[in-house]
Amino acid sequence: MRIEPLGDSALLVRVVEEFHPEKSLDAVLRATRQLEAAAIPGVIELASAYSTVAVFYDPARIISFEEFKTQIEYALHTSLEPARPRAGAVPAIEVPVCYENEFAPDLGDVAQHAGLSEDEVVRRHSSARYRVNCVGFTPGFPYLTGLPAELATPRRATPRTEIPAGSVAIGGAQTGIYPSKSPGGWNVIGRTPLRLFDVKQEPPAMFQAGDRITLRQISREEFDSLRQ
Amino acid sequence: MNATVVSAGFLTSVQDLGRTGFRQSGVSTGGALDAHAMRVANALAGNDDNAAGLEATLGKLRLRFEDERIVAWCGGAFTVRIGDENLPPGHAGLIGAGDELVMAAPNEGSRGWLAISGGIDVPLVLGSRATDLRGNFGGHDGRTLRDGDVLPLGKHGDLEIAAPWISEWSAPAPWAVTEYRERFLRIVKGANWDAFTAEAQTSLVTASFTVTADSDRMGARLDGPNLDRNEAGDLLSEAVAPGTLQVPPSGQPILLLGDCQTIGGYPKIAHVITVDISIAAQLWPGDRVRFHEVALAEAQQLFLERENDFARFRVGLDLHRS
Repeated sequence: MRIEPLGDSALLVRVVEEFHPEKSLDAVLRATRQLEAAAIPGVIELASAYSTVAVFYDPARIISFEEFKTQIEYALHTSLEPARPRAGAVPAIEVPVCYENEFAPDLGDVAQHAGLSEDEVVRRHSSARYRVNCVGFTPGFPYLTGLPAELATPRRATPRTEIPAGSVAIGGAQTGIYPSKSPGGWNVIGRTPLRLFDVKQEPPAMFQAGDRITLRQISREEFDSLRQ
Repeated sequence: MNATVVSAGFLTSVQDLGRTGFRQSGVSTGGALDAHAMRVANALAGNDDNAAGLEATLGKLRLRFEDERIVAWCGGAFTVRIGDENLPPGHAGLIGAGDELVMAAPNEGSRGWLAISGGIDVPLVLGSRATDLRGNFGGHDGRTLRDGDVLPLGKHGDLEIAAPWISEWSAPAPWAVTEYRERFLRIVKGANWDAFTAEAQTSLVTASFTVTADSDRMGARLDGPNLDRNEAGDLLSEAVAPGTLQVPPSGQPILLLGDCQTIGGYPKIAHVITVDISIAAQLWPGDRVRFHEVALAEAQQLFLERENDFARFRVGLDLHRS
């Protein structure tokens, strides 16, 4: 565990040095809960991702960086109440995905890169089990780990200027879902009719770090009927 | 009561001090790119620090008011008029019912923040009235203003002064208009500083960088000497923040601003210190900028001093008004 400054009003806790999809996530989730429970004065909010937790704070409310760092370290060594982690005990969230051609402009490229047929890419992508590693990039965008290794595809050389909301895409070894229309460089292979980000919900993002996710292949007709 | 947007200008949006508490859902702070300028304008207009005002990029903004309001602005070198009267930066001005406020294009700098007594009374979305232009929520219908928009204004205290009236007292000059002539941004080392070559580390603090055209509220892209790393390779994404100076594989750094994404995968060579975000928020394509390294303790001391100065400024304003 290392703590280093992230500018003058945030710091990064490097929870693990070597990233491992399941173990790192559990360690990061645990550190996040420890820091939330400690309610350290001056802390504004947290932002976790992969192997780190960032702590945003008000520099006017700390005595010194070293002193603040000590408080963070103390919190991270404080044992937690036996927790009910969201992941594990909670069933996986099922996300319907339509992989029809009109929603999958890059399915051919992914299939070619993997040396598989398009149908086989869809079968393997929709039958894998995923976990939300973090939410970021755009509001509500879930970074999922668990993509079958053979489906890993490099990001597109030239990012698309507009990717439609709900697009399911592969970027390197990860897969993710675009909650809103945005530019992006990932390979788009399907679309979900679900709304992943809604400011009227609490929390506004449908997914949180640690959630388990399964995908279910749906037809174009079902996509239309599920569309909210 | 309302204000009508007669002319929305180049890019104007409703902003407050931003949104906190939703980074875990991927929502960045956003808000006024120069939050300090926004709160100084709010203090002058008799508002709470976090009241919603307008961020006008390159000016050309015209507003017509239905009732009397106190207005104040800070930021770039704009010319602002209430009717025929000039409203200098960092001063409070009274605008009468039916009068127009005009913010012309700036001579230097790019953005200005206008506060109106009572604040702009758009609904709170995720705890803030700021417009999230990437997520299309908050502010006025989640978008930039258009000609003809009508902005609801909140309630304010009694105004026992006759229009037009411009205050003699003002905000400290460096707060009223950003000192944009000397575009020296102070930085602290970033998490990946050691991953960069000695040449890159030297270039960062000696060379001059030019802001390129593809810059926006998310970040200012800079053109200068290539900042190379000792070893190429992908990093895991981790949190970034306004002020982060990240370097994509091209070697040309990007200075992240208020609307930046919450997490990013490019190496972080440095971070602009919080008090200098005011200068960064004025950068416009073609501007040149240099960096100067300071220690973290100094950056935080400068922040604390500004907080204390602002607290005293608020007390001073209350004395003037009483």
